[in-house]
Amino acid sequence: MSTHAPSHEDAFQAHHGHSHGQDAGHGTLKSYVTGFVLSVILTAIPFWLVMADVLDSALLTAAIIMALGAVQIVVHMVFFLHMNTRSEGGWTMMALIFTILLVAIALSGSLWVMHHLNTNMMPMSPEMMKNMP
Amino acid sequence: MFSDPDFLKLIFGRLTLDAIPYHEPILVVTFLAVVLGGIALIGLITYYRFWGTLWRDWLTSVDHKKIGIMYIILALVMLLRGFSDAIMMRLQQAMAFGGSEGYLPPHHYDQVFTAHGVIMIFFMAMPFVTGLMNFVVPLQIGARDVSFPFLNNFSFWMTTAGAIIIMLSLFVGEFARTGWLAYPPLSGADYSPGVGVDYYIWGLQIAGIGTTLSGINLIATIVKMRAPGMTMMKMPVFTWTSLCTNVLIVATFPVLTATLALLTLDRYAGTNFFTNDLGGNPMMYVNLIWIWGHPEVYILILPAFGIFSEVVATFCGKRLFGYASMVYATVVITILSYIVWLHHFFTMGSGASVNAFFGITTMIISIPTGAKMFNWLFTMYRGRIRFEVPMLWTIGFMVTFVLGGMTGVLLAVPPADFVLHNSLFLIAHFHNVIIGGVVFGLMAGVVYWFPKAFGFRLDPFWGKMSFWFWLTGFYFAFMPLYVLGLMGVTRRVSQFEDSSLQIWFVIAAFGAFLIALGILSMLIQLVVSFVRREELRDITGDPWDGRTLEWSTASPPPDYNFAFTPLVHDQDSWWDMKKRGHSRPLAGFKPIHMPKNTGTGVILGAISVVFAFAMVWYIWWLAILSFVAMVVIAIGHTFNYDRDFHIPANVVADTEGKRTEVLAVEVQA
Repeated sequence: MSTHAPSHEDAFQAHHGHSHGQDAGHGTLKSYVTGFVLSVILTAIPFWLVMADVLDSALLTAAIIMALGAVQIVVHMVFFLHMNTRSEGGWTMMALIFTILLVAIALSGSLWVMHHLNTNMMPMSPEMMKNMP
Repeated sequence: MFSDPDFLKLIFGRLTLDAIPYHEPILVVTFLAVVLGGIALIGLITYYRFWGTLWRDWLTSVDHKKIGIMYIILALVMLLRGFSDAIMMRLQQAMAFGGSEGYLPPHHYDQVFTAHGVIMIFFMAMPFVTGLMNFVVPLQIGARDVSFPFLNNFSFWMTTAGAIIIMLSLFVGEFARTGWLAYPPLSGADYSPGVGVDYYIWGLQIAGIGTTLSGINLIATIVKMRAPGMTMMKMPVFTWTSLCTNVLIVATFPVLTATLALLTLDRYAGTNFFTNDLGGNPMMYVNLIWIWGHPEVYILILPAFGIFSEVVATFCGKRLFGYASMVYATVVITILSYIVWLHHFFTMGSGASVNAFFGITTMIISIPTGAKMFNWLFTMYRGRIRFEVPMLWTIGFMVTFVLGGMTGVLLAVPPADFVLHNSLFLIAHFHNVIIGGVVFGLMAGVVYWFPKAFGFRLDPFWGKMSFWFWLTGFYFAFMPLYVLGLMGVTRRVSQFEDSSLQIWFVIAAFGAFLIALGILSMLIQLVVSFVRREELRDITGDPWDGRTLEWSTASPPPDYNFAFTPLVHDQDSWWDMKKRGHSRPLAGFKPIHMPKNTGTGVILGAISVVFAFAMVWYIWWLAILSFVAMVVIAIGHTFNYDRDFHIPANVVADTEGKRTEVLAVEVQA
């Protein structure tokens, strides 16, 4: 061990050196502009849908806006956060998958639990609720 | 002008002289004791001229070892506070029978049980766990510090600020009377108009910032700063459990923050997220808080599992049985801990399919935990077991935790839970796993790593006293609660009618007294060990014949931890190095790049206490002022470019040379 000491120090430098995001790229002007234009389009459509009252169904409008919001998140992650399957040795992808899994569990679980609760509890109007003891 | 109530309200918000509880004798005596203790402490620090050292080497330190030690000191102080609450409750419940009201009026008793829960979880167990991870993880992976040393200091001070805010409520105003999770509608503005819940909210929110940031910091440290050669499957088990715990912290604490923020809006801005009317739903709060709350208990227990794994392997002189299964069990628990939260409110009214799903997932989570238990047993099997104090705690844990786990599986059966929900059976169960699991683990960890932190071992006699008092005290204190719970006694009750129950509460109070002796023995142990430190001195840096990298460096480790970053070839890398006849490198030292201390963390922590105090008492001008000050100081800190320095090679050579001399003397003697 002792004879190889200096090379360990080199290994240390390589390992902990001041390189910022060596595998995560910084993006090009083209990719930033692409991301920006996509974001603007994805933001403009929901505004247009609501302000010009394009669709008759409010539910459908809300669903489309939610979907576009989800696409917007992906655009930001790809073009601004430079996330791909290779950056940081796959750790960012793993963190993303884990996050999505947890958000999915928390959201769908809450919806399921609260829905069950509402159907199983005694039906109650807001007026009845107000006059509860 | 000063008699104008509007003017006073503008200056002091809702803070008036009535908020000082000078008419409560218990609180006045406590206050006097705190003041006398504080004066004595300040006097001692001044007498020994310790202020400069305290500020330069401790409060402003970015060294992960010192921050870890400070976290543990905070945890021990808060343990004393939380335990005083416990013993007050035990006394009250043992006395208040057959017409006697005991000595605590209900509004005070309610604050006591709320404070006990909040303090023990957020300000005892959490800082304790974070402190041990902070101290041990960088040493175990062969790193010189955590990834973001300043952030680490800042996290510590935010946690401390939260603790100070909770402690303030004892002497200025009141604390929440809602139970430790502050369920609405009781914690809403209608039913808790006072400052108690606001103290709770701001204390937890500020401490939560610290916890989340420290989680991010430790994940980055473990992922990015392992010594060369240490692949994920060569990491020590404690580092693995720390990684999973911090992943849980980062993933769940935002849920707590968001939930409490919604409750804050309900209380401050008149929104209706969790109110009874106008579309609010208090059940949603219960649902959300347990999405955080269940992973939280695994945040606490996983590092304890890691400590037991290290202790068992070391004191049996064997490689840990089933390393890979241990790692997979930890990861499986991490994931499963997210899909069991509803078992905390089976009785809330969800249907059979929901309750069945969460009941079954809860039972499944006991399988990886059971696998761990067998791994520890098989590590001990045919090992050369040394019954040192950490090993005693481990064996005490294995027996006690299995009991608690079994009552947990019992509670996971929804029909059984309908009988036992909110009864003392539940109280006995979770104290069984938290004391028998987390606290015993932390105690084992302290005794195990103390020589690494201070260079001398803890006195074994008082350590054994502490262990036996805790163990017997635990059984005396909580087995009666199982009995009472099965008889239907509910939690959070301050007076009882049926005097046939009294004997069980008296036994429980006796148990609490034994635990008090256990805590006292631990404090005596610290003093005795300090007095006898020359006899207990460890020069080798490896007093237990350890297996992982923290034992390869000096005790206490130098500021830079390792003169050369170790190369890892195997699990239990220090054991592997010893077997291959490792010798310390004695030459070829290079300057070491280190982060500089900074006072910004302390200052931000102090201002956040002021901010929280102003928010609690509606002193809006002060709240705005302190918030702006925090933002300005945080931005100002980013312009401080004087953040690092190099320890020159000759200083490193000097430090290492001195150790070589000491080691040589040891070998001759």
